Amino acid sequence: MALDRWIALIFITLCCVYGYAAFFTMDQLLPPFMQRNPVWPSTFPKILSVLGIIVGLIVLFGLEKPSGDAEPSATDINYRRLHEYDLGRALLLLGLMVVYALSLRSAGFLLATTVFLAGGSAILGERRWITMLLVAVIASGSVWYLVQEVLGIFLRPLPFFLR
Amino acid sequence: MIDGILIGLSAALSIQNLAMVIAGCLVGTFIGMLPGLGPMSIIAIMIPVAISIGDPTAALILLSGVYYGAIFGGSTSSILLNAPGVAGTVATSFDGYPMARKGEAGKALTIAAVASFTGGTIGAILLAIFAPALSSVALLFHSAEYFALMVVGLSAIAAFAGTGQVFKALMMTILGLILATVGEGALFNMPRFTMGMMDLQSGISFITLAMAMFALPEAIFLVLNPGRSSRGSETGGSSKITGLRFSKEEGRAIVPVIGRQSVQGFFIGVLPGAGATIASFLGYAVERNIAKGADQAEFGKGSVKGLAAPEAANNAACTGSFVPLLTLGIPGSGTTAILLGALIALNVTPGPRLMIDEPDIFWAVIISMYIGNLVLLILNLPLIPYIAKILAIPRNYLIPFILFFTLMGAYIGQNNATELLLLVGFGVLATILRFADYPLAPLLIGFILGTMLENNFARSMQLYRGLDFIWERPMTLGLLVLAALLVLLPSYRARRARRRAEGVADGD
Repeated sequence: MALDRWIALIFITLCCVYGYAAFFTMDQLLPPFMQRNPVWPSTFPKILSVLGIIVGLIVLFGLEKPSGDAEPSATDINYRRLHEYDLGRALLLLGLMVVYALSLRSAGFLLATTVFLAGGSAILGERRWITMLLVAVIASGSVWYLVQEVLGIFLRPLPFFLR
Repeated sequence: MIDGILIGLSAALSIQNLAMVIAGCLVGTFIGMLPGLGPMSIIAIMIPVAISIGDPTAALILLSGVYYGAIFGGSTSSILLNAPGVAGTVATSFDGYPMARKGEAGKALTIAAVASFTGGTIGAILLAIFAPALSSVALLFHSAEYFALMVVGLSAIAAFAGTGQVFKALMMTILGLILATVGEGALFNMPRFTMGMMDLQSGISFITLAMAMFALPEAIFLVLNPGRSSRGSETGGSSKITGLRFSKEEGRAIVPVIGRQSVQGFFIGVLPGAGATIASFLGYAVERNIAKGADQAEFGKGSVKGLAAPEAANNAACTGSFVPLLTLGIPGSGTTAILLGALIALNVTPGPRLMIDEPDIFWAVIISMYIGNLVLLILNLPLIPYIAKILAIPRNYLIPFILFFTLMGAYIGQNNATELLLLVGFGVLATILRFADYPLAPLLIGFILGTMLENNFARSMQLYRGLDFIWERPMTLGLLVLAALLVLLPSYRARRARRRAEGVADGD
């Protein structure tokens, strides 16, 4: 089964869970005065879940004819060639983003960003450490200045132990 | 209308707003050149900046400048490197890149700039004519019609998704609508589908979603497939850009092409779901069919007509896509959907009342479109050889920065680190969806329209105590029938598209 059909299957499951929540768990909580309205908070989700299941089934069973296009070009992205791709690096970068998200508050903006930018370059194979660190430090400093001073949005600059 | 233009002129010509146009065009051109970052990602990245400006006129001017700049920048990398930064400029590379290889890169850039400028200007004039007319009709609309109109918009977006893609696009639209129901709606005052998480109480932030849907997957693809960014660069690009002039004969040849494609592009842009990409491909195909003999044979080998047609069409279509946004408040493309989200965040509700309640915003945007096009022509064209240097930034530095800016975009708006985890999560989801060839713009449009759709639906249900509004308001019924037709129409379109594809394929 092709990837797009697997996704359709997952989507149908999602719609079932969503529909279950809409049909069976939401209405009990409704205060009596709202029950006289023609529209309940669950009305729209109910419609959506039904529509979603119908459309999902159409995609799942391939009722719509595919366009039958020629081979996708070499530069296009194609999951069948995933093994040729740099999957490890992409996952490492995503991991780095998660680490950044989790450490932003405690490590402070400047440190977290410098580590993120330098780490990102390092993951991608950059080995000129000094240039890399310099770029990262200058960039995080100037972005912090722009956001904090020019745009006026507070970003906690320093790690927790220096605060 | 004259009053409006004057109001717009005085607003758009203020120092601040002029600076916004120039800054927007420059930033857009810069980023638009980078492979893989389309106008949607660029605008999404710029939104926090625009919102913190606070003045909706200035913000919208900035963002539309970025939009134009991005399309312009995309055509530059199409011509110089055969690596379109933006889908709307793929057709530009058909003839632009052969010209650059013949050593006529400068001329190609000039023609592209002139065609873009004319396309954008004609588009802006048509916008100034049609938008007021359309919004006076739209004033008759009630919530029932709005509900129906949004259904039409959403199904049109699916219908234009392309052959074999209609139901996939519909699926994505529904997923977007489902995501929009998360959080506490304005209408019911009760949290829905938050799974008990406080951070979901206010719903999913649309900036986070926009970043995750467009900017992040592109960056991930750049990492996954290093070849993606350097298509055609085996020739080393065309580092020397000389001879910006084109001859009189060439000028005479492209004038009718630009005229036709500007008008055609504009109207394609107005249609929901069509847009710069379709306009440019169609413009190219139409001009190729119109051209005769040697002229036609020249297409694909560096024809000036083949370069001018998609460039005029894509810029006019960008302008055209503002019509439904400004008059009905319904975005027809992913980019205008993001703009709509930005406007709502700035406390402006686009729609027929916009022209009456806040004419300065409405007209200033139109006027700044002219100015934006002018800026692109006189400021960017001479700067292109220097701006093109950005294409030489090593990807080891480029990619971490793109990722960092998506993170910043999501973080600044909310000041909440959970938002960043959502961003990464949705980004991975979006990447998988892209692998499976699902279109993502419908998801975002569905998400942005979801709340409005539900509110209008609920309001009409309450007014008519049930579904009677469908039968009692003929306009609503008509629109809903149209929506149904739009979903069923593609089987007809598929046949026609196949015929058209055969026409284009034999010459490439």
